[in-house]
Amino acid sequence: MSEGHSTYTPKTGIERWFDARMPLPRLIYDSFVAYPVPRNLNYAWTFGGILSIMLVAQILTGIVLAMHYTADTNLAFGSVEKIMRDVNSGWLLRYMHSNGASFFFVAVYIHIFRGLYYGSYKAPRELLWILGCIIYLLMMATGFMGYVLPWGQMSFWGATVITGFFSAIPLVGDWIQQLLLGGFAVDNPTLNRFFALHYLLPFMIAGVVVLHIWALHVVGQSNPTGIEIKSKTDTVAFTPYATIKDAFGMIVFLFFFAYFVFYLPNYLGHPDNYIVANPLKTPAHIVPEWYFLPFYAILRAITFNVGPINSKLGGVLCMFGAIVMLFLVPWLDTSKVRSAVYRPWYKLFFWLFVADAILLGWLGSQPAEGSYVFMAQMATLVYFAFFLIALPVLGLIETPRRLPNSITEAVLEKNKGGGGHPTGATAAPETKG
Amino acid sequence: MKKILTSLALLGLVAAGIGAAGTWAIAAEEAHNAAAPTHFPIDEPKEMSWSFTGPFGTYDKAQLQRGLKVYKEVCSACHSMNLVAFRTLSDLGYSDAQIKTLSAEYTIHDGPNDAGDMFDRPGKPSDHFPAPFANDEAAAASNGGAAPPDMSLLAKARGVERGFPQFVFDIFTQYDAGGPDYIHSLLTGYDETPPAGMVIPEGTHYNPYFMSGVSLKMPKPLSDGQVTYDDGAPQTVDQYSRDVATFLMWAAEPHMEDRKKTGFRVLVFLLLFGALVYLTKRKVWEGVAH
Repeated sequence: MSEGHSTYTPKTGIERWFDARMPLPRLIYDSFVAYPVPRNLNYAWTFGGILSIMLVAQILTGIVLAMHYTADTNLAFGSVEKIMRDVNSGWLLRYMHSNGASFFFVAVYIHIFRGLYYGSYKAPRELLWILGCIIYLLMMATGFMGYVLPWGQMSFWGATVITGFFSAIPLVGDWIQQLLLGGFAVDNPTLNRFFALHYLLPFMIAGVVVLHIWALHVVGQSNPTGIEIKSKTDTVAFTPYATIKDAFGMIVFLFFFAYFVFYLPNYLGHPDNYIVANPLKTPAHIVPEWYFLPFYAILRAITFNVGPINSKLGGVLCMFGAIVMLFLVPWLDTSKVRSAVYRPWYKLFFWLFVADAILLGWLGSQPAEGSYVFMAQMATLVYFAFFLIALPVLGLIETPRRLPNSITEAVLEKNKGGGGHPTGATAAPETKG
Repeated sequence: MKKILTSLALLGLVAAGIGAAGTWAIAAEEAHNAAAPTHFPIDEPKEMSWSFTGPFGTYDKAQLQRGLKVYKEVCSACHSMNLVAFRTLSDLGYSDAQIKTLSAEYTIHDGPNDAGDMFDRPGKPSDHFPAPFANDEAAAASNGGAAPPDMSLLAKARGVERGFPQFVFDIFTQYDAGGPDYIHSLLTGYDETPPAGMVIPEGTHYNPYFMSGVSLKMPKPLSDGQVTYDDGAPQTVDQYSRDVATFLMWAAEPHMEDRKKTGFRVLVFLLLFGALVYLTKRKVWEGVAH
């Protein structure tokens, strides 16, 4: 929390020298050592740290890959294969980078769902949440452009389909599409600008991450109870408590990441992307990367015209609308209680929403025909109903469970129930895993 | 933590239920008309046992050498392998001298020389396999309108979609042989007879394992006894197909053994390091209720 005064005291001469000129050591100490975090954070709160290391890993592997990559339609595919075959540990760098993108999204989805479950977006954390949504948007743009760079069949046709969305916008659509492509179709200018932007956007993400962390350190972390910090007993120091817990979370996450990098490096990709892009040959099914599939399913679910809006524009509007919903969440949720722990009905609807998002993802990978279309339409309806009906209405009609008075009380209550040890309000009970 | 796990388990069940219902609905919807199928391949590829799958998978060098022989004597008449250099054949167990001899058997079109002329010369280990046709257009013209695909990445560029719930199990079984299974099934699938009433387009060949239709332009490429093995391996279409599929997997993923070996070390390290960090975390949080 920001109101706490800095407890940093420079001990050595060099620290005092810096502190008088540019108090960087003080900033680091206050932000990552003394910074108070709620004592009851669970492992869902380790994903912020996990995302930070994933961003750093993506930038580092990406910069080395860029040293060997050639952004030219005639050479791109071959240069990636050169990395895979001839560059020292090139296969490792490239598989870390391509699977790293996927695991970046795994982490960000868990991070977002954690925010939704515990109501982390509610006042005073709206701006924190919106900055997060902006990071997510930038990640999507970066991921999409990165997928185009190997210049395989899915790169080319994915780029063709996705840039085609923009032509659905009335009046300026064609102009925007041509600006994106640098021409009338996906070609060398497209590849070049996508490469330039793919290199730029991660640094923009890093910039917004700084703002995200700044906003976080002003309002403080939320926690599983959703109750604000009231006293010093509600918190522990960031170091060592949160750092060691984050470190363990990161290692577990890296274990899953490594499992894919080393044993299933192509599992999350599409075989067609090992075929060099051919503008004259359309693949049987064009599918985006898995992390876009729910939105792709929503796009294709709109198969009907509504008044002046044709099905194409309708699909694009719904797809972008699905992301806009996230931005509006702080104001759509009317509940006074933050955490789903104390909201039995919201908890149910939350898990239904998660199941719906997964179903949409699966539908996005299937061809848009037969009963898949109907299922996608129903799932899209459920998606929007969660934001536009469940969030506002539940907050008004739901009776939340009794809230504890403080984080400390919640923790002690929980430990008493679980451990069965008689504990006083001040005595520290045994730790639970 | 327990609550999260229970919720995840429930969620998995719900998702599985919806998925299964969906799959069933779609399966029921597809009218079973054997003569005019709408989804390909007609038959799923057969899952073979390969030496290179699994966490400790390695390539069988003798099999790679046999696969190279099949490629050289049969496939290379039409299929290029542009990304593979002769020097990398040391992975197959060949010595430098053997690779030199092998590459010298090929003629490489090179140039221009000092006089500005293109010329032919014997291949060197640093050369790549030369393509059978001068360009894609020539390849297409000689093969009924479609250029035979380059084989360098074929084993990773082919794979029949596994569908739900198989793709979930694949994570745990580390299934990474979609390409080789497909290639083997396709090569051994030419002898099957098409169902009565099926129309096979002129100049194509029925194969129920083909991914994009009832038939393909490539005629049956292999027959029993066609390639002579000198290591006593059976000279059958089935064996040829396994060998060439293994060879193509190596061509597509030459560093696979290295990758899996490194992976094992990385996972063991993360496991041990993770255990130590976990114990440290317990120690740090001891006495702090949370």
